[in-house]
Amino acid sequence: MIIKHLNNKIFQTIGIGVAFSPNLKANLYEAARLSLFFESKLVLIHVGEQSDEKKQQILDTIQPFIKDNLNYELVFKTGNPVDVILSVSEEKKIDLLILGALQKENFVQYYLGTIARKITRQANCSILLLIKPSVERLPCKHIVVNGLDNPKTKQAISTAYYMSHKLQSKKITIVEEITKQEVAVSVDDDESLRKSAIIKERLKMREDSRINRIISEIPDIYKSQIVTKTQPIFGKRGYSIGHYAQYVRADLLVMNAPIKTSFWDRIFPHDIEYILSELPTDVLIIQ
Amino acid sequence: MPKKNNIALFFKQLPKNIFSGFVVSLIALPLGLGLAMASDAPAIAGVITAIVGGVIVSILGGSHVTITGPGNGLVGVTLVAITTLGLEGAYAAIICSGVLIMLLGFLRMGNLADFFPSSAIQGMLAAIGLIILGKQFHIMFGHKITRENTIDYLVEIPYTINDALHYENTGLIYAAAAGILSLAIMMFYPKLRNKYWHLIPAPMWIVVLSIGFSYYFELVLHQVNPISKDYMIPAIPSFAEITTQLPKISFAKIGGLAFWGSVLSLTLIASIESLLSIKAVDKLDPERRRSNVNRDLKALGLGTVASGFVGGLNVVTVIARSSVNVNNGGTNRSANFSHAFFLVVFIVVFSTQLTRIPLPALMAILVYTGYKLASPDLIKKIFSVGKEQLLIFFVTLLTTLKFGLILGITAGVIITIIIHFIINKNVTLFLRHWIKPNVLMFKEDDHKSNYYVSVKHFCTFANFYRLKQKLDAISTVDDVIVDFSMCDFVDHTVMENLNNYQSTFTKNGGHFDIIGLDMHDADSKHPFALRKIAAVPKLFGYNLTKRQENLESIAQDYDLTYSADKNKDTVFLDPFLFFKTKQPNYIYNELKDNNSDSKLFDIEFSEGEFIAKEVIRTSMLHIDLHETIPIFSLDRETIMNKVYAIAGFTDINFEDHPDFSKRFHLVGEHKEDIKRFFTNELIHFFESNPYYHIESNGNSLLIFSKQRLASTKEIKALLDFGKRLKDVIPNKK
Repeated sequence: MIIKHLNNKIFQTIGIGVAFSPNLKANLYEAARLSLFFESKLVLIHVGEQSDEKKQQILDTIQPFIKDNLNYELVFKTGNPVDVILSVSEEKKIDLLILGALQKENFVQYYLGTIARKITRQANCSILLLIKPSVERLPCKHIVVNGLDNPKTKQAISTAYYMSHKLQSKKITIVEEITKQEVAVSVDDDESLRKSAIIKERLKMREDSRINRIISEIPDIYKSQIVTKTQPIFGKRGYSIGHYAQYVRADLLVMNAPIKTSFWDRIFPHDIEYILSELPTDVLIIQ
Repeated sequence: MPKKNNIALFFKQLPKNIFSGFVVSLIALPLGLGLAMASDAPAIAGVITAIVGGVIVSILGGSHVTITGPGNGLVGVTLVAITTLGLEGAYAAIICSGVLIMLLGFLRMGNLADFFPSSAIQGMLAAIGLIILGKQFHIMFGHKITRENTIDYLVEIPYTINDALHYENTGLIYAAAAGILSLAIMMFYPKLRNKYWHLIPAPMWIVVLSIGFSYYFELVLHQVNPISKDYMIPAIPSFAEITTQLPKISFAKIGGLAFWGSVLSLTLIASIESLLSIKAVDKLDPERRRSNVNRDLKALGLGTVASGFVGGLNVVTVIARSSVNVNNGGTNRSANFSHAFFLVVFIVVFSTQLTRIPLPALMAILVYTGYKLASPDLIKKIFSVGKEQLLIFFVTLLTTLKFGLILGITAGVIITIIIHFIINKNVTLFLRHWIKPNVLMFKEDDHKSNYYVSVKHFCTFANFYRLKQKLDAISTVDDVIVDFSMCDFVDHTVMENLNNYQSTFTKNGGHFDIIGLDMHDADSKHPFALRKIAAVPKLFGYNLTKRQENLESIAQDYDLTYSADKNKDTVFLDPFLFFKTKQPNYIYNELKDNNSDSKLFDIEFSEGEFIAKEVIRTSMLHIDLHETIPIFSLDRETIMNKVYAIAGFTDINFEDHPDFSKRFHLVGEHKEDIKRFFTNELIHFFESNPYYHIESNGNSLLIFSKQRLASTKEIKALLDFGKRLKDVIPNKK
């Protein structure tokens, strides 16, 4: 079913929250550019009163894209920003919501503001977190995607191929995170070290074949131009993939949405919460 | 390995192990007596500990060449336990601590010792040394005193010496003489290089000489021993008495705070001492085996429980006796067992003779051990690592002396954390990232298949266990690269531990390289000095990292000149296609050959501008050919992203070299020239060598492999590759 999806448009409607910040132009450019790439409709959501002045400013900004036949809609609604954006997303059937990240004073790390965080946790659609929106188009060269043993992984991987096909990126790395629990043998001495090495090798082969099965179902036109690599990594699930993406300087990290996040997950962060606290690159969370 | 071989090997090595166990028992006997007496326990308790420990741990333990018995570190805490709880209560505390140690083993807490800053542990051990030295020094001089505080004992040492000079009681004079003579034996034993003298270990010489002295008076002179009766070892029970009359154990104080305080201190010190010893002994093991510390902890705990029930003290792994074991050819746990066996023999045969040993002689052995734990050399060594380490050391030392071990080590941890905050002028770095799993490990997917370990944020004693866990999962024959370039701060404990890994890997045939620290600033020249990323990198005067030192030695080996300084003169890189889209910032760690034809360097360059800017560091080799060659770029066929910028050219293929054409991506403007340049010899060279990215700018070559700094091994490979490549390049002249 997902594969059929690939042939059509994977994201019918893209949404973005519009705030009149210094980043406005860059954010809108990124959103509009993606909408044209994916041939999707762009919904611009502003939390606040409607005014002609605001409307004009938005339209002026995306003028170059309107010329290229951008399909767009403006929504003005007052209320709590999180609630407004979530409700409009439901209403307008948005499948991809774009959120901008903030940069720390030291200009090295990026993190999400509280509003963006709340939206990410609660949204029912896919989310694209942009760490450095840019007015100029920057090529997306390398996409890193998770290869967890999870029902959503298939969709994450096929979306990554779809994205790289549309964005003409050259390389996809599918990261298989192997956790300590899976290895099951704790290394105490030379004997157990040997055992764990054997288990790791076996896990690696098992993961590779699982991933290869998923890749084999993806149509050739999406794969032909792209170098695919699988990489098993050993670390904490959810966190280490971000670390890896940062290390290989990936341009986009595609991840599954978490099954659920509870209060405890924020105190003992895992999976997506790690990524939210420390964005390694642009992150696409597939719902 | 088939099991049969193991058994055959075991029997083949057995005689050697039995001998080694015998030599160890010669030291274990006097040490056991002395350590027990120093803890105010019956002298025989120390020997019981060694026997019970030796038997149980040799059968159930997980290490190979360690020796177990009563430990130096525990003298202080056992003494406190016995004075506050009484001997019967202390046995109960020992049994409880045994249970806790076992529990630590079952909870896999074998990494417990890694959670303490190494300077704090040094400070604690030095304090223990001073506690032993302070108390026993007086007995060594025939001057028993009892004081409230350990510091008082140290302060009174000059008075005791003064008193000893004015003794009128001949019994005391002889006692003090025995003590001083024994101390002299301990001090000068290693300096006297005579093989007959070294047949017997120093502590046993003291035992043999003092027993001989006593017999001399009795049998030759027919006089009583001139040493005061108070300064002789009190009656030692015979073996039959030990086995039949078990001590009374009282759990009456089990509800009290003092009881659990003692249990906790005993557990903490016993496990830390054991774990540190196991770690140190593993380094001595000639077969380079890895000890199963958790299993050892379980065995030590069980040993302690058993030892407590039969009137012994805590069983710990002891470093000095273990090293004697290794030096005398001990290869497996049967040496530990045989050491216990010979102790039994000694007690059965000589238990009455042992009362002929004067106490001051025995205590001289302990004074010497105490001095070794707190020697000025140690302080000098710590100072050379850094002033802040000395501060940690002294805070721990003084707090331990004044308030006891638990508070001492706590103070050590707290001062270390505060110092880290101050050095980094940043608290959030630690608080935000403390619980994050900051270590990533993966196998690099080229043919060499290195393990690559990247560490983020900070790496100190507080989160070193994460890195350790990953490193322990790598076999020591493999190649590991630990990258700290995303890490802001690395402390002394980590540097020291990594250095240990480095030597283990090197000895076992693997490679352990640390990269990404060259940009970090250190306070001292010591390789273990803590390092933090410098806010404004200094141009001159920062201390060389281990990697830079390695580069320096490579330079010497290969007859190159090395310079660590940053060099902004990067014009020679501009004509290369690779740098069309990238901005070189500076090069550093240069290795130049003498006529400046080729140089290898680390380079920092940036890609993109402003917010999209990325700073990348990598190692490259530049060879000046002094002649014109076509401009080209050669890379592995698959890595497309590296040649993104020159997408305008298409791959040049050779009909008669299908393998080369398939595997390599060769691009350039003047196809014909390039085809002529790539002779058969050159193509065969590329086919049979590892992949590198190679570029020509018309008269020189640029060679590199990864977009990260190369390890020293990779640098050697790169140098070699460049040299051989230069030889096969067709010469026009």
